[in-house]
Amino acid sequence: MTKIEVKNVFKIFGSNPKKVFPLLEKNLSKEEILEKTGNTVGVNDASFKVKKGEFFVVMGLSGSGKSTLIRCINRLIKPTKGQILIDGEDVVTASKEKLREIRRKKISMVFQNFGLFPHRTVAKNVEYGLEVQGIDENERRRKAYEALKLVGLKGYEESMPDQLSGGMQQRVGLARALANDPDILLMDEAFSALDPLIRKEMQDELLELQSKMHKTIVFITHDLDEALKLGDRIAVMKDGEIVQIGTPEEILTNPANDYVREFVQDVDRSKVITAESIMQKPIELASPKNGPRVVIRKMKKAGINSILVTDAEKKLKGIVTIDDAVELAKKDNENIEEIIKEIPTVSPDTPIVDIMPMSAEADYPIAVINEDNRLLGIIVRVSLISGIVGEGN
Amino acid sequence: MLTLNIGQWFEVFIKWLKDNFEGFFDIVKNVLESGIVGTEDLLLLLPSIVLIIAITLIAWKSAGRGVAAFTFVGLLLIDSMELWDDTMKTLALVLISALVALIFGIPLGILAAKSKLVDKILRPILDFMQTMPAFVYLIPAVLFFGLGKVPGSVATIIFSMPPVVRLTNLAIRQVPTEVVEAAKSFGSTSNQLLFKVQLPLALPTILAGINQTIMLALSMVVISAMIGAGGLGNQVLKGIQQYRIGLGFESGVSVVILAMVLDRITQAFGNSK
Repeated sequence: MTKIEVKNVFKIFGSNPKKVFPLLEKNLSKEEILEKTGNTVGVNDASFKVKKGEFFVVMGLSGSGKSTLIRCINRLIKPTKGQILIDGEDVVTASKEKLREIRRKKISMVFQNFGLFPHRTVAKNVEYGLEVQGIDENERRRKAYEALKLVGLKGYEESMPDQLSGGMQQRVGLARALANDPDILLMDEAFSALDPLIRKEMQDELLELQSKMHKTIVFITHDLDEALKLGDRIAVMKDGEIVQIGTPEEILTNPANDYVREFVQDVDRSKVITAESIMQKPIELASPKNGPRVVIRKMKKAGINSILVTDAEKKLKGIVTIDDAVELAKKDNENIEEIIKEIPTVSPDTPIVDIMPMSAEADYPIAVINEDNRLLGIIVRVSLISGIVGEGN
Repeated sequence: MLTLNIGQWFEVFIKWLKDNFEGFFDIVKNVLESGIVGTEDLLLLLPSIVLIIAITLIAWKSAGRGVAAFTFVGLLLIDSMELWDDTMKTLALVLISALVALIFGIPLGILAAKSKLVDKILRPILDFMQTMPAFVYLIPAVLFFGLGKVPGSVATIIFSMPPVVRLTNLAIRQVPTEVVEAAKSFGSTSNQLLFKVQLPLALPTILAGINQTIMLALSMVVISAMIGAGGLGNQVLKGIQQYRIGLGFESGVSVVILAMVLDRITQAFGNSK
């Protein structure tokens, strides 16, 4: 279900945005347009959809228009052209009252430098969104305390923001955004002002919160590692344009252009690429009903010296080696279930970094199975290595 | 070379105002006069020592022991120079004029902060108000209101208003963008934004503006003795006209003491926030 739909949104800063559109159609660059018209192109024809409950990351360097784009979603900045639909309602053309309603009930925002109200206590900061709605004092206090507890700030309710560390201040920002229970969270470089260790901690906690709350999150960052870690999908922006949208793996394995390729060059791929994208289809499979001679013939034909055994529902039973099969055939025993050995298995979303040590110890390929024990594919050492260097697929 | 009689046109304009808005000027005159006289009566109702102690206590509460001690000694000195009544008359004129200046100045500052257009229009007017020699205000003030306290007060209001307008404007514009965005992003109305976020954060700077306005009001009140506003300025004027150096010095010192007391107390309000 689509929660947010951004349709051909443009934002031109300057006195005469109308002049800019024909130039954009002629594919002039941002710099050329600034020189010719004195207008700055903030966002250039951005379109994307965010599903309900999705963690959507917009990534780009400073000046790429990502902060402008996120501010268009709750109309802190009004787009020059285009539509932004939230649950099918256009924010761009909404009346003042409607917009206020959407901001109060549906969307909250977390800011890079926290944007806390320095003259209010932590609890009063968190209450703010409820206070402007005219919600009764006891009720909003209760909700504020609840939200603060959720982000681990119990006991700090009556502190002033400037008494807290940066990480704690951003927790207040997050609690404030969660207090009025919005469907959508907009996070503008929310963790960029924090030092690396705190940042990592906050990322982990956000992911954990998200696994419980299932909010629709639009997260802005300039940090690729952060984008890859958090995003279900990532939009890469450059000069106001979205150059690629895809899952972290798609972005890494299949960069849309040189810009993205250069960007993802230095990423530690082993943390991002998962079993699913490097696994191969097994050449041949055996059934537990097969006799040893059938199994031996299958291996001979495929040129392999061990074979995976799956049942009729494709559930993994284990592996049979050629030596054991030959032994069994000599004894005239037809039941291969006796010689099936266990092999290491992983789920499809296991990152390569976790598969490596298993692969080093294992004598056989690693099986990729889903939660029903159904075989999805196998991973051999060669595909692991090619996955890391980015040659695979 | 073309000669323009701007002075003459201004005279015509002032005359036209006077002829057509007499009723309005009368109302202004009555309101201001009763305000000033009422405050004067109130301040002179109590024996000087009671008031001195009261002001000292205010100074103590707001600005601490040092300022309180200075206030007490300074005001006693004024009293002992037999300039107490004139000082209170000056204070009454300052308080009422500054109050009116603030009543108009702060909202104007807020409007200028919220609207680029108002800011653009207001800027040259404020420049004009601040740089025009103070004496020049006295002439039209006399034309509209005759001689006395009211024209003095009107000239003072005009002269002392710019700082509070400018600093209120600046103070609101200086509230960090992200904080304002945060308030908006939660669906604040513009009044909620103003009263819950912008004004509280702007308050220290606005108080600095209020302090400046009071100081300017005091300096103008002294000048407006030239048109019969009375008070300490009158004593200064006497000192000049009659070449009485002693009287001039005494009343000058009284003005300085009053200025310092007002300044320290209003500044303390600004810093405590």
